[in-house]
Amino acid sequence: MGPSETSPVSSNPVEPIETDAVIIGAGPVGLFAVFELGLVDIEAHVIDILDKPGGQCAELYPEKPIYDIPGLPIISGQDLTDRLLEQAKPFSPALHFNQRVDQLDRLDDGRFRLTSDIGTQFIAKVVVIAAGGGSFTPKRPPWAGIEDYEGTSVFYSVRRIEDFAGRDILIVGGGDSAIDWVLNLQPVAKSLTLLHRRDKFRAAPDSVNKMHGLVDDGKIMFKLGQIAELKGEGGQLQSAVARGPDGEFQIDCDVMLPFFGLTMKLGPVADWGLNLHENLIPVDTSNFKTSETGIYAIGDINTYPGKLKLILSGFHEAALMANHAQQYIYPDKRYVFQYTTTSSSLHKKLGVK
Amino acid sequence: MPKITFIESNGTEQTVEAEIGMTVMEAAVKNMVPGIEAECGGACSCATCHIYVEDAWRKAAGSPDEMEEDMLDFAFDVRETSRLSCQIPITDALDGLVVRIPDKQF
Repeated sequence: MGPSETSPVSSNPVEPIETDAVIIGAGPVGLFAVFELGLVDIEAHVIDILDKPGGQCAELYPEKPIYDIPGLPIISGQDLTDRLLEQAKPFSPALHFNQRVDQLDRLDDGRFRLTSDIGTQFIAKVVVIAAGGGSFTPKRPPWAGIEDYEGTSVFYSVRRIEDFAGRDILIVGGGDSAIDWVLNLQPVAKSLTLLHRRDKFRAAPDSVNKMHGLVDDGKIMFKLGQIAELKGEGGQLQSAVARGPDGEFQIDCDVMLPFFGLTMKLGPVADWGLNLHENLIPVDTSNFKTSETGIYAIGDINTYPGKLKLILSGFHEAALMANHAQQYIYPDKRYVFQYTTTSSSLHKKLGVK
Repeated sequence: MPKITFIESNGTEQTVEAEIGMTVMEAAVKNMVPGIEAECGGACSCATCHIYVEDAWRKAAGSPDEMEEDMLDFAFDVRETSRLSCQIPITDALDGLVVRIPDKQF
């Protein structure tokens, strides 16, 4: 199940966004690609499934130090992200968050049309896949038979609150997503139960207080435990059996929302007709082209002999990619190699006074 | 070097030698112990290196701090003996440590 199946169909489709390059992934390598492309006059839009820039740096280790960025002996994932954004600023990249590119088609004129899961369309001359470990996707709990209920009774995200009106809802988890959806769905639910393994929550204290308030007012139920079994038939969930400190108990529900964090999955990239090797994209190391002309892959998502999954490798790859993309987009332009230190034309682009 | 024994959910045992200062997760990954995924690489951000510490070793291995407890919320079949193996640094005191690997990581 992907978010696309639950997303509303837009009744008035907006015009596609036309641009030179679309970068898939706003991690460190995607952000640096904005800079390198900008230096060679290629305008870029960046799309990311997360709600913020930084990719794994922001999602997995914002506070953890990284020690192998050249010239920065120690920097946190968040600080590196902030600095890359600052570096890309002269090229005012458009960043599109909370979206996953689901479809990639080549048009008759050689350009590409990209369609996101919420229907945003881009027309681009080149596509740069900088998707790292893949797209961050909600974890599927390993409960037996859960896949039978996905999309009908089990959901990993809420696109439309109205879809949950009048339902008996079970929310499982103790993080921000779980608590936020308890608060947001309670007003429309017929009944709502929150199940969590302990009486502590990894969520904004204010939200946790509100949730406790709803429990005290008898508006929702809170149960301590972990799911042991799902019961239902024909894709329709009827109840869940949970194991708590005092043994097993049953929770009647027709909708369940498990929130157990995110994992990285290759996702739709696998369906775009690119050659893949063990879920990675093989590239030509002289320009980081994939098997499809006009589509590049840089950073952790690519593979080649000797590949190291390091941020610094991705930076190098972005530079070579941009150089080739320039020749591809502007075949008649005479190529002049320039240094940012001395080139007056690059200074102009960077706003150096 | 301290020895660590990993017991898979199907009962298969594997004993590996680990360097002091490494984490239990790193010892597992280095020796290709099945069932320890460690998706985030040891940042305490994913709960896919979840293990159960055998009772006799619980005191020596210590208990999870708050961040680890939070991350255990994202693990499957969490028990009192649950730990994230990336958060257990190997010391001389852990020579002989026995841990069990859950049936599934998320």
